Parts: sequence; C-alpha cells; structure tokens
Amino acid sequence: MLWDWNYVWEIMPALLRASIVTVQATLLGFVLAAVLGLIFAILRMSRSNWISIPTAGFVEFIRSTPVLIQIFFVFFVFPEFGIVLPAMVAGVIALGLHYGTYCSEVYRAGLENIPRGQWEASIALNLSPYITFRDIIIPQAIPPVIPALGNYLVALFKETPLLSAIAVLELMQTAKILGSENFRYVEPMTLVGGFFLVMSIVAAAGIRQVEAYLNRTLRNPGGAR
Amino acid sequence: MQLRPLAVCAIIFFTAGLAISSFAGFREFIPGLLEGGLITIQITLGGAVVAIVMALLGAMAKMYGIGPIRWIAVAYIEVFRGTSALVQLFWLFFVLPHFGIVLDPMTVAIVALGLNIGAYGAEVIRGAVNSVPRGQWEASVALNMPRALSLRRIILPQAFVAMIPPWGNLFIELLKATALVSLITISDLTFRAQQMNQITFRTVEIFTIVLIVYLALSVLITVGMRTLETFAARGIARGR
Repeated sequence: MLWDWNYVWEIMPALLRASIVTVQATLLGFVLAAVLGLIFAILRMSRSNWISIPTAGFVEFIRSTPVLIQIFFVFFVFPEFGIVLPAMVAGVIALGLHYGTYCSEVYRAGLENIPRGQWEASIALNLSPYITFRDIIIPQAIPPVIPALGNYLVALFKETPLLSAIAVLELMQTAKILGSENFRYVEPMTLVGGFFLVMSIVAAAGIRQVEAYLNRTLRNPGGAR
Repeated sequence: MQLRPLAVCAIIFFTAGLAISSFAGFREFIPGLLEGGLITIQITLGGAVVAIVMALLGAMAKMYGIGPIRWIAVAYIEVFRGTSALVQLFWLFFVLPHFGIVLDPMTVAIVALGLNIGAYGAEVIRGAVNSVPRGQWEASVALNMPRALSLRRIILPQAFVAMIPPWGNLFIELLKATALVSLITISDLTFRAQQMNQITFRTVEIFTIVLIVYLALSVLITVGMRTLETFAARGIARGR
C-alpha cells in the first residue's frame, strides 16, 4: 500500500530522462566552476592590491551567501539589465559561479604549494608571467588538487535540485510534478533520494580511485597536499 | 591574519548596506525582510542545536558503538551526506505525512537541516577526536580512567579546539541552507523576498538587500567562531 511498484515503473522513464538534465547541469556547471575558479585564484594572487582585494571580497561575498538566492538573482535580476537567460542557463551560471569561488580556494592551495624556486627559476630563464603560469606553475599545481575538486563536483551535483526553484525540469522538479499529478509523493521523492545517494557514492569511490592513481603517479610520498 | 580583509569587507558591506537602506526605494522592503530574517535566524539556531546533538551521537556511535548501533550511525551519515539537502527537506515534508507523521513546516525545516549538517558534523567530530594524540588515550588508561570518563574529560576537550573552525564552516553552510526552507512554504528571508518580488517587481533592490543580510549573518558567525576559537585555544596552549 505504501510502496507501489507499478507506480515506480510507470514514473521511472520520466525520472531517468530528467536525470540526464541533472547530469548535464552538473557537468556544465562544473566546467564553468573549474574555469572561473582558476581565474579567481590567479587574480587573487595578483601582486596589485587593486586586483587582489576586490577579487577576494567578491569571492568571500559569493561564498557566504546562499546559492538559491544567487540563482534567483541571475534569473530574476539579470533581465532587468536586459540579459534574459533561459532557466537552465541561469541556473548553470549561478551554480558555476558559486562553486567557482570554492574551487578558487582549492586552486589557491595548489598554487601556494609550488616552491618559490620554481618562480625564481622562471624569472631567471626570462619567461613571461603568462608562459610561467601556463607551462611551469599550472601543470604542477593542478594534479594534486584534483581530488579536492572532485569533492566539489559531488557537492555541486547535490545542489542541482535547487534548479527546480526556477522551474528547470531536472530530477527534483519532475518528481514534484509527478507527485502532484498522482498525489503520491512517497515513490518519486524516495527514488530521487536514492538516485542522488547512488550517484554520490559512485562518484566518491571514483574520486578515491583518482586520488590513489595520482598519489602513485606523482611519486610524492610526503603527500601532495 | 585573515581577520583583517574580513573586517575590511565587513566595513565596506556595512556602509554599503547603510547607504542602500537609506534610499527610499529600499526602505519600504526592509521591515518585511527583517521579519523573514528573524525566521531564518530561528531556523539556523534550531538547526545548529539539532546538528550538534546528532553529530555527537553519530560520531560516538560510529566510533565506539557496538554492531547494529554503528551500522545505523554509518547509514545515517552516508545517507544524509550522500543526498541533497533539498531532497531530504522535501522527503520529510511530503513523504512523512504518508506514514501518518504530520509535522509543521518549521519543525521539518529544523529537523531536516539539523540532520543534514549533523551528518557532516559527525565526520568533523570523528576527525577531531582522531587528531588527539594516542598518548592521551594511553595516559588515561595508565591513570585507570574508564573509557567514557577519559573521553569526556581528556579527549573531547582537546578535540573541541580542533573542531571549531570546521564547525564554523558548517554553521555558515547551515545558514545558507536555510534559504531552501522557502520552498516548503516557510516565510523566511528568501520566501519574503520572492513574495515581495512578485508583488512589486522591484527585483534588483529586494535581492540585493537579501544578499547583504545573508552576508552580514555569515560574517557574524565567522567573527563569533573566531572569538570562540581564541578563548578555547587559550586553555589548551597553557596546558601544553
């Protein structure tokens, strides 16, 4: 009575289709977060206070306000300035921006772990700052922080149900619609919870694999972090 | 060291907030938003209490519980860390009534967010307890202390200092997560903002104020936790 398997099979296709939207939002958001995070991290390390302090302030501001409000902000406030975005795009931008600020802290830890000698050697070799970053610093700074970035990928994935608040037809929104159509919330909600649980556990296991692989390949017995 | 940029930010946003709140266009929204802010604060405080209790129970059960109790704790931690806060909130809100348990939205909000943050907190506590040097356990065994007593008098007070900064982060997470409760019909800050937005269409002003209020609250939490940390670390430093 409480759990109706026929109903489960009936709603399963719709939920699976919606889960594709969830995965899309996660991946797009994370690509945006990874890129923005690196930009924030580098700007924050800038020697000019006029660049580093406003960046730090912006990052702290985004980090300490709720991502739901930021989603609303992008979706409702941007149109006032003439930028009308579809719900999905607005949601991905807001999630990417929010997690970009988290990622920037991760990158910063990676960048600060590069020994000073590497910078000094690049100056001695007369490399431009751009070349130094691209060829010397970034290739050394990124691999050790990949597991930490992976954790934020999982966290971002778990935030995607927020997109239901601006009516993106992702998993949560679909479950809510199915629930209200049939007046049965038990199955859709539980299935959504189960889906997130399974995906998070799989992703966490994947991150552990990557971490072990990196520890082997980096040959860094002292621990990369 | 990190306090200075924080203070600078706080001052900038405070003055910006003052300047903005003195505009007539903004002023009319402030009373309603502050009422919502009060609900947000209530949920944050209630959620924090639930989270601390659940984290302690979860961590203790996971580390020292026997068989089934440990499995329950592990399951609790994994389930609540592995699914989204919003899904948990909706699950408690929509699904529990089918089992005959009808809670009012406020209780659902506090319980759901508390359980969610508590699961993360349990891992924080476990990490902090594990970071206490083994010698402390051995010394309390040598002094013939029962396990519970040495945990309470020796280990936890030392672990307490190590867990303050991560708890500060978790409380900020909790504050930000309270924005979700607007989706289960509680008239918190976010809900009020949406409501006013639908009535007045003054989107820019409303959402800007809301962001500033959340920022102010989280700066408050950060400063509070820093203060607590200084106080807590003082006794430990002397002990060593």
